[in-house]
Amino acid sequence: MSDRQTLDARRLLCPMPVIRVQERVETMNPGEELEVICTDPGAANDVPAWCRINGHRVLSVEQGAEELRIVIRVGGGEGS
Amino acid sequence: MTTQRKAVSLISGGLDSMLATKVIMEQGVHVEGINFFTGFCVEGHTHAIRKKDRAKPKRNNALWVAEQLGIKLHIVDVIEEYKEVLLNPKHGYGANMNPCLDCKAFMVRKAHEWIEAHGFDFIITGEVIGQRPMSQRKDTMPVVARESGAGDRLLRPLCAKLLPPTLPEREGWVDRERLYDFSGRTRKPQMALARKFGIEGYAQPAGGCCFLTDAAYSAKLVDLWQARGDREYELDDIMLLKVGRHVRPRPHFKLIVAREEGEVRFLEGYRNRFVSLRTTSHPGPLALVDGRLEEGDEALAAAIVARYSKGVRDSRVTVEVRQPDGESREIEVEPLSPERIPEGWHV
Repeated sequence: MSDRQTLDARRLLCPMPVIRVQERVETMNPGEELEVICTDPGAANDVPAWCRINGHRVLSVEQGAEELRIVIRVGGGEGS
Repeated sequence: MTTQRKAVSLISGGLDSMLATKVIMEQGVHVEGINFFTGFCVEGHTHAIRKKDRAKPKRNNALWVAEQLGIKLHIVDVIEEYKEVLLNPKHGYGANMNPCLDCKAFMVRKAHEWIEAHGFDFIITGEVIGQRPMSQRKDTMPVVARESGAGDRLLRPLCAKLLPPTLPEREGWVDRERLYDFSGRTRKPQMALARKFGIEGYAQPAGGCCFLTDAAYSAKLVDLWQARGDREYELDDIMLLKVGRHVRPRPHFKLIVAREEGEVRFLEGYRNRFVSLRTTSHPGPLALVDGRLEEGDEALAAAIVARYSKGVRDSRVTVEVRQPDGESREIEVEPLSPERIPEGWHV
């Protein structure tokens, strides 16, 4: 996927991963994808919750041994 | 056709701001939430560090509230700007290092800037007169409105009937009769209103939403400032104050000793910035050295770390001392017995 961006949010503790996702998504267009790499297990709940209420779609949540990878598709801003 | 009025609500994750938001949404106003992250917020952070906290639900309550209400939530990083609030609070501190009144005025000011930038009409908070000893008193409510610059665009739906009518009430954007007159520290009216709205499962934090109201945390912060000789801090500094056992045997250094596996993992991320120690002959914790080790200090630090290892009752324990660049060596020490660690060393 050529237009997939990556955000390194490793070692950040919640809510910083959510804040970084929010800042990055503001610069992206609807339909674009963002892969977020986190180490805080809290991000597995917080990032998808933020996406749900703000109208973005979580395509996948992959929990590795040390890292968590969440792929988001940016929505049109019509959350909630 | 009437204009759709829009409000932004300061969402802390607690019940009061949730109710205040719901009250205004019920009146047909479009509401979005805003949540400010100062670095000291109880939400998040340590729940990801300690194993015992990992068993608890890892939800962020501000996000949970927004989802329950069906509103958007904007989480804003104010870590840098908040330093000025904490370091130089015009109205001073509360019982600990909590600058509650300045903090509230700061957050409402940031919300006011936000509504001006986004074309919203007014600001909602969940404040209740008399609920908090410093920031939520009848005489401080106007201070927050004035000093934030929000003026009468600041509406407190839960106690509005006890305050002069604000712009949204005077203009008829909201019906003052459908607002509330809650006051005092009792939570009963809020709990009754929550029942009326069918709100369940809300967070009930015991000590407010900020680490600065916590005496033990505040003591560690003051100790850090005193040891460094200035009050500058970074996010990592204030996060490390929430982790581990802090032992200061000498004015020029302290040890941050992990108490369990989750904290070990967390502190490992800092080994390239701090000298670190860990026992190699016995299972034991990882410890960071914050400050500088002078002659003789290395053995003292190692003996303290050995005290928290499984070798505490043995005569010799081997401790690895690792420099931030990865260079390390092992030293053998006699663990300092618990009785020989003065109470005053515990920060």
